[in-house]
Amino acid sequence: MRTFFFTLAALSLSAVASAQVAVRAKTLHTVSGAPIANGVVVIVDGKIAAVGPASEVAIPEGFQILESNVVTPGLIDARSVVGLAGIVGQKNGDQDQHENSAPIQPELRALDAYNPKDRLVDWVRGFGVTTVQTGHAPAELVPGQLFIVKTTGRTADVAAVVPFSAVAATLTTGAQRSGKEAPGTRGKMVALLRAKLIEGQEYAKAHAAAADSEGKENDKGGDKKGAPKRDLGLEAIAAVLAGDVPLIVTANRAQDIASALRVAKEFQLKIVLDGAAEAYLLLDEIKASGCSVILHPTMQRSVGETKNLSFQTAAKLKEAGILFAIQSGYEAYVPKARVVLFEAAVAASHGLGFEGALRAITLDAAKILGLDARVGSIEVGKDGDLALYDGDPFEYTTHCVGTVIEGVVVSSGETDR
Amino acid sequence: MRNLSPAWLLGGCVVSLLCLRLSVAAPTPDLAPDQVKTIVFTGATVLPVGAPAIEGGLVVVQGGKIIALGPAGDVRVPEGAEVRDVTGKTIIPGLVCTHSHIGGAGGADGSGPIQPDVRVSDSLNVLDSGYMRALAGGITTMNVMPGSGHLLSGQTSYLKMRDASTIEGLFIRTEGGKPMGGMKMANGTNSMKGGKFPGTRGRSAALMRKRFIAALEYSAKVEAAGDDIDKLPNRHLGLEALSQVLSGERVVHHHTHRHDDIVTVLRLAEEFNFRVVLHHVSEAWKVVDEIKAAGASCSIILLDSPGGKLEAVDLSMKNGALLEAAGVPVAYHTDDWITDSRLFLRMGAFGVRSGMTRDGALAALTQSGAEMLDLGDRLGSLAPGKDADFVILSGDPFSVYTKVLETWVEGELRFDRSNPGHLLYAEGGYGAGHDQSPYFCCFDTFGGDQ
Repeated sequence: MRTFFFTLAALSLSAVASAQVAVRAKTLHTVSGAPIANGVVVIVDGKIAAVGPASEVAIPEGFQILESNVVTPGLIDARSVVGLAGIVGQKNGDQDQHENSAPIQPELRALDAYNPKDRLVDWVRGFGVTTVQTGHAPAELVPGQLFIVKTTGRTADVAAVVPFSAVAATLTTGAQRSGKEAPGTRGKMVALLRAKLIEGQEYAKAHAAAADSEGKENDKGGDKKGAPKRDLGLEAIAAVLAGDVPLIVTANRAQDIASALRVAKEFQLKIVLDGAAEAYLLLDEIKASGCSVILHPTMQRSVGETKNLSFQTAAKLKEAGILFAIQSGYEAYVPKARVVLFEAAVAASHGLGFEGALRAITLDAAKILGLDARVGSIEVGKDGDLALYDGDPFEYTTHCVGTVIEGVVVSSGETDR
Repeated sequence: MRNLSPAWLLGGCVVSLLCLRLSVAAPTPDLAPDQVKTIVFTGATVLPVGAPAIEGGLVVVQGGKIIALGPAGDVRVPEGAEVRDVTGKTIIPGLVCTHSHIGGAGGADGSGPIQPDVRVSDSLNVLDSGYMRALAGGITTMNVMPGSGHLLSGQTSYLKMRDASTIEGLFIRTEGGKPMGGMKMANGTNSMKGGKFPGTRGRSAALMRKRFIAALEYSAKVEAAGDDIDKLPNRHLGLEALSQVLSGERVVHHHTHRHDDIVTVLRLAEEFNFRVVLHHVSEAWKVVDEIKAAGASCSIILLDSPGGKLEAVDLSMKNGALLEAAGVPVAYHTDDWITDSRLFLRMGAFGVRSGMTRDGALAALTQSGAEMLDLGDRLGSLAPGKDADFVILSGDPFSVYTKVLETWVEGELRFDRSNPGHLLYAEGGYGAGHDQSPYFCCFDTFGGDQ
């Protein structure tokens, strides 16, 4: 493996220039289909051009060839704060995941806060993570927006896959405020959320009406007659109400999960449950609601509202037929960034199994993000995003030995190998 | 401490009576039912630590101690012994966590940066679910400490995960009967809060020096007084405890991250001649030679990413491998709740991932930690005469797929994965975060009519 490591490092220099790469794997986990023994993936211009057993897929001449024992799709972390919650942990320095000046700020864009050069982005990429939905932390009722990004690229704009992918909302006591500031209770949290959604409905209605009358009067442009003043926060809420982006609601206790489902029903919202530590108490309700779940990191601390979390929740969601992903989540202290590979590994060994765990950080995560046509499995036409390992990716003592994004070797293995 | 299934509760009276009969009949009435028997575990892969692995080995346990172990042919099975076939399983020593905060551990308060009079043992809740979770992770011995927000936050407590209804029942005692523990100190940013606390590293060290000098003066007065009680200084609990540090009786467990802070600890230890275990030691890799030269031990932690605060930005997963290669004694710790006691084996496995030997990593979870707590001759490995603290695993200790099946403490089965009440703590779920029920814990004591 050591030899391979150096080969890969050397290759990576030229890989940037060409992006015509082929990968050979003793075991190739496509996720969309059965694992392929002695598999080959050919990536042309950043997209997967061919995949199959070595006996059937020829590697074109001149391609760089990478080899490893196990290859999976690039991993997808469906909910993170990486790039916003920087490695140092310095408030007013590199902690841009939590703006605490107001409880509701849907206008905060993740794109404007993301630092693609933060060392933690490198760190997670070194373990095979290629796509991340990241953004504002579940530390306020509506802390801001999320976006989806590849873990490479010089700027957020270049790295972004979906510049505005969701609005976050939080129904945990962690997002309550102290003293005389609202929200200070569960009831008030939901009341404020409702009020904001109603405001968003009225805003959208007024804009639609103005657009209508505009059409009739054949307005020459400029300020729309009768349209309300532009409000960036309400624009984001309107996008949620229109179903353009989901509301990702963090709730851990069963009663808060129930509140999220209640609000979703009232406003006919597309929501995704986030955290969901006690989801195992409400499997039927979640299933009936049709929403998917971005489950807390398996190794999240069992304290406070997550004190009843279970290593087996992922397995129970799978059994119930609920679409779910496993996330790295948000830690206020340490570890500053969790790694979805590790979180899925513990779920794998606690009832979820290898295949289920791999899906929860690849294809099923892609489905929840609405990106399964582009990432999440090794299929022809999809992005050439791969993770290379020297053994079972979930084993504690296995190493990630390479990460490929759109045909470019972007990491030559985990940092502390 | 014991958590039992509802079925057990129903049968409580019967079991309780049985316990009573056994304990009356037994020559040492303090022993639990498991402990009065001689039990032989057969068929397992035994990893004793400090000795070669034994395939299909026998482990013989009696009176809370290991009395024999070895290959099947070499060990005589005592007459009348209960035989437990654990073929295909792996037996390792009970894990030793050198740094934990479970049980509601509280130490010094905001009134000052140096509080050696405070004892963490006065804060612990024996019913805390954390103890069951530790057992579910295979931990049998731990050093429970107050936090790191002070230069010195109090006296630590070495605990054994026995079945007990008060914290005293968990104490590990010296031969003379004194509860054992160290002293928790910290430098770097956590205690640099300003006000009564230091605002800089220079002042942090200066404050500690001043207090150590006061302790030296205090112990000199005590020594000078000899047997003359009239000459004794007024008793000062803080200085008394610091005197124990200066005499070497009490080991300093020192939180420290940055390379320069590590070296400051070594400097103070040399100046005042105290024994020290360096804890966390994020930047150990930068000063391995200095640590080696000072003869210090390192109790380290491994996090899933570096950072979270300035002084942990350069934390390396390779610390364990580099310290091991240099011959520095190295142990891992959970720092629970920083990492989960149930996943303590994972820490050793990640040590291997980053270059430690498997033997070194297993020792870092057991014997090395025991030595840092001055318990190396009593526990930490599987050897005749040592405490019967061991863990039965479903497979390789460093595989993600391996489960802790049973955890035994001094010859008593304390965690049993096949018991649904215990499984709850191992896997989590509704109620896993609640205190253990005192009815379960104290059933025998109350006579079974609760």
